[in-house]
Amino acid sequence: MATELGPTPVKAPASGGTPVHHAPKGVGEDNRIASQGRWAAWLLAPTIVALAVVIVYPIISAIVMSFQKDAGLDPATGLFTAGGPAGIQNYVNWLAQQCSAPSGGTVACPPGTLGGQFWSATATTFFFTVVTVAFETVLGFWMAMIMARTFRGRSLVRAAVLVPWAIPTAVTAKLWFFIFAFEGIANKLFNTTILWTGSEWPAKWAVVIADVWKTTPFMALLILAGLQMIPAEVYEAAKVDGTTAWQRFRLITLPLVKPALMVAILFRTLDALRMFDLPYILTGGANNTTTLSILVINQIRQGFNSAAALSTITFIIIFLVAFIFVRFLGANVVEQSGASGKGKK
Amino acid sequence: MTTATADASALRAQQDKGRKAAQNREKWAQGRTYISAVVILFWCLAPAYWMVVTAFREVGFTYDTSILPTHVTLDNFKTAFDTSFGNRFGQALLNSVFIGGVVTIVSLLIGVFAAYALARLNFRGKFLVLGFILGASMFPGVALITPLFQLFTNIGWMGTYQALIIPNISFVLPLTVYTMTSFFREMPWELEESARVDGCTQGQAFRKVIMPLAAPAIFTTAILAFISSWNEFLIASQLSSDATQPVTVAIANFAGAQPNQIPYTAIMAAGTIVTIPLVILVLVFQRKIVAGLTAGAVK
Amino acid sequence: MKTPRFLLPAATAGILALTLSACGGGGGGGTTGGGGSDADQNLDARGPITFVQGKDNNNVIRPLIDKWNAAHKDEQVTFKEQTDQADQQHDDLVQHFQAKQSDYDVTDVDVVWTAEFAAKGWLQPLKDKMAVDTGAMLPATVNSATYKGTLYAAPRTSDGGILFYRKDLVPNAPKTWDEMMGMCSVAKANNIGCYAGQFSKYEGLTVNASEAINSAGGSVLDKDGKPSLNTPEAKAGLGNLATAYSNGNIPKEAITYKEEDSRQAFQSGKLLFLRNWPYVYSLMSTEGSSAVKDKFGMAALPGKDGPGASSLGGHNTAISVYSKHKATALDFVKFLTSAESEKFYATQGSLAPVLGSLYTDQDLVAKLPYLPVLKTSIEKAVPRPVTPFYPAVTKAIQDNAYSAIKGEKSVETALSDMQKSIESAGAGS
Repeated sequence: MATELGPTPVKAPASGGTPVHHAPKGVGEDNRIASQGRWAAWLLAPTIVALAVVIVYPIISAIVMSFQKDAGLDPATGLFTAGGPAGIQNYVNWLAQQCSAPSGGTVACPPGTLGGQFWSATATTFFFTVVTVAFETVLGFWMAMIMARTFRGRSLVRAAVLVPWAIPTAVTAKLWFFIFAFEGIANKLFNTTILWTGSEWPAKWAVVIADVWKTTPFMALLILAGLQMIPAEVYEAAKVDGTTAWQRFRLITLPLVKPALMVAILFRTLDALRMFDLPYILTGGANNTTTLSILVINQIRQGFNSAAALSTITFIIIFLVAFIFVRFLGANVVEQSGASGKGKK
Repeated sequence: MTTATADASALRAQQDKGRKAAQNREKWAQGRTYISAVVILFWCLAPAYWMVVTAFREVGFTYDTSILPTHVTLDNFKTAFDTSFGNRFGQALLNSVFIGGVVTIVSLLIGVFAAYALARLNFRGKFLVLGFILGASMFPGVALITPLFQLFTNIGWMGTYQALIIPNISFVLPLTVYTMTSFFREMPWELEESARVDGCTQGQAFRKVIMPLAAPAIFTTAILAFISSWNEFLIASQLSSDATQPVTVAIANFAGAQPNQIPYTAIMAAGTIVTIPLVILVLVFQRKIVAGLTAGAVK
Repeated sequence: MKTPRFLLPAATAGILALTLSACGGGGGGGTTGGGGSDADQNLDARGPITFVQGKDNNNVIRPLIDKWNAAHKDEQVTFKEQTDQADQQHDDLVQHFQAKQSDYDVTDVDVVWTAEFAAKGWLQPLKDKMAVDTGAMLPATVNSATYKGTLYAAPRTSDGGILFYRKDLVPNAPKTWDEMMGMCSVAKANNIGCYAGQFSKYEGLTVNASEAINSAGGSVLDKDGKPSLNTPEAKAGLGNLATAYSNGNIPKEAITYKEEDSRQAFQSGKLLFLRNWPYVYSLMSTEGSSAVKDKFGMAALPGKDGPGASSLGGHNTAISVYSKHKATALDFVKFLTSAESEKFYATQGSLAPVLGSLYTDQDLVAKLPYLPVLKTSIEKAVPRPVTPFYPAVTKAIQDNAYSAIKGEKSVETALSDMQKSIESAGAGS
């Protein structure tokens, strides 16, 4: 579908520049913006339309589905019958962990149902997010500081950190599953007999370790880029003033890297909140490693509509976290990119 | 006089001492840097090394834990491509290339115009559009999968290429637009104007000046787009069939000669095959990729 | 002049959105049952049909289809091969049935999906004119294809768990669970684990937990498909596993075992007893790293007073209610489940037959020495719960059995939670 969008605007850029440079001199700024706006609308249209088709349409259709009941059994014939409208019942069921009762109505979901897992999955998701992002930030910062120094073999290190990042997550998960096998190399190397995927905390840490391994490089590179924006003279001046290394880190490095750091943390946080591949393949969601994404996938084959309600809840949670970041923690990605664009003009 | 010389030599000795201490500190710092570098290298490469070593190990010695390669064989690579157990790894590789290729091309074709507009033009609602595109790139895949699962089931698209390509565009396109916008902002657009002053037509200026300048940016973006599509698992795991499944799904579901058998050595061989092109790509274009990854965040 | 320019992109978007929603328009509920009328049509019609099944691993089905086609010029069978992945096979069938497509005439159905598809009204009831003779088939396999008293598919291949034991350490296999636990002292003396099955939290645990419950005389679902877990038998069954795990007779690492890990452990000499599927026989007797090549024997699973009751694996063959040529389809189903075909599955594909008589067939036993043992297992076998809500039921069993075995909750609580979860699944959500 999206491919068909191509032809319309193909000619656009050639003539696209025209209004920018041929804006009649002496005509007001407003007019210029208007004519640029017209071109912008044309140039942006394919992207907006494509995103509307692949994102907005599914969201709306998920929301519509989430207000429908899933098919149930007709007790007399044993055959399925369509569900009909459900109101907000699906949402209530998830949030209050209510399941259908045999006698009609709902009861608290007993352990062993997907419905009974909502809050624990939410807690697991946030646990993974907070712990992995914290580790990745600290380790990433450390790696970035090392890579920012000049030493022989620096380019080797910079290349090496890209290796975990380049390996597909699905392969990463299989690899760590193998490493964490009972008879695997991890137990052998550290002379332990831990059942990594056999109980809650080892399983959680296995996921954390594998995720930190895979995504710390990304963090390190983003922070490194921020570090390199700081002019060396600033440090020199601070040294002359007799500051300690810790003071320099706290008073210069941290504040100056902060904008880049916040954006990196925001990206990673939102990414961690939708974590799926790694726990799905590594632990299968057992031992309390089921994230919200895994819960949605498990629910799909047990009932679309209920799954749609859960995916909408997940979406809202992620949206809220992003909002809080941007609003209160100053990770304003849009403003930053916008500001530099303005500066260029 | 003597005292003066004594003073001077004492001073020199002190200075020497200071310099030595500084040198020592320098050496010590350098040493620490190297130790840290080795730790980083080990942390990043050891697990990948284990994958490669296992890939070359005989299947009967899967759980051999000697660090150096033992029982070396190439059989696992043959097994990885063997279709007699129901694995279609070769097909999956082609699928991944095809899906990744189409997604990348479509995203670039559409996204390049949006990026140009966002980087070069001034218009109302720019923040809004940027925000929308960024929001889209952070959108959780599970929120798409439920409606798409039902929609594709109803229209008979389950397991088709288009069922995999369309959702992939939803996260590759925003990434493409975002990365290219950052690149385009950095480009010396003045050159376009000076080329026109020098007598180039609009088209010539675009073709001869802007295109060559933009090409590396577009190329880097293409690599990033391709990698993110290549690594996608969630959507493909739910919507693909064995004829269309990409390598990530094929590896996750890799079957052995017998039901329930998990052929780790062959999986590691397959993992190695999937990873090596990416690693080569990443190492060759290291600088550009780092620039692309960090473009949005710090500029 | 300005307006149209602004509007055009927006209009394009609008048109596209409209087209797409038109495509999806057919959606809605989609899973209405009924199908009564479809099940009465085309019963006498003959003509070409399509047979659908997952990956034809060992080239079993193709030669059979060739044989059929050679004899039936006007009723040719086309083979549609699906993927090797159970989930993908399931989704592919759902997609075709949901669209009421007539191109999937005869399909292979995993035992655990039969009830779901039957309840959705997609499978032709095999009764009256469409009846198939199941007299010679093992009763457990027939039960796996029966939903609400009606046969919806013909059993075709089967599978059951058997007990592998180290005959160099224990000369005679244990007949009962208690006897086996008594032999664990031998394991301790040799410093190896005693017993393991598949206790990782996945489908294999459903199999192992139901086997434990069934072997102790209990059952997960009663005849009406209602859960029946609050019984002393069920408690004894699950209790056996929990006790053995807590006193170390089941080694701690077994909680992570799937089929392969448990085979690995037994094969490297670290286990005295292993519950597994027959497939491991050839691997353990031939693989290079196997330390038990000539040292293991096979027996039926141990039960309460005698052989236990295995869980049943395997596949059934069903006819789509949307098929246009049901008479041909029925003949083909009969052909696929004939004694001759059944024997071919066993010799060509090492698949356990559903006909009891074949388990003592000389040729077959020579090739597959575990058949007599497997027969005892399957004769007493209980199908996995036959329910349209299988995904929810298996999850209820796995989650709670897992907690009980690990000692995180008592066996009683686990069973009562299991009971409630299954009830809630059946109540529809």
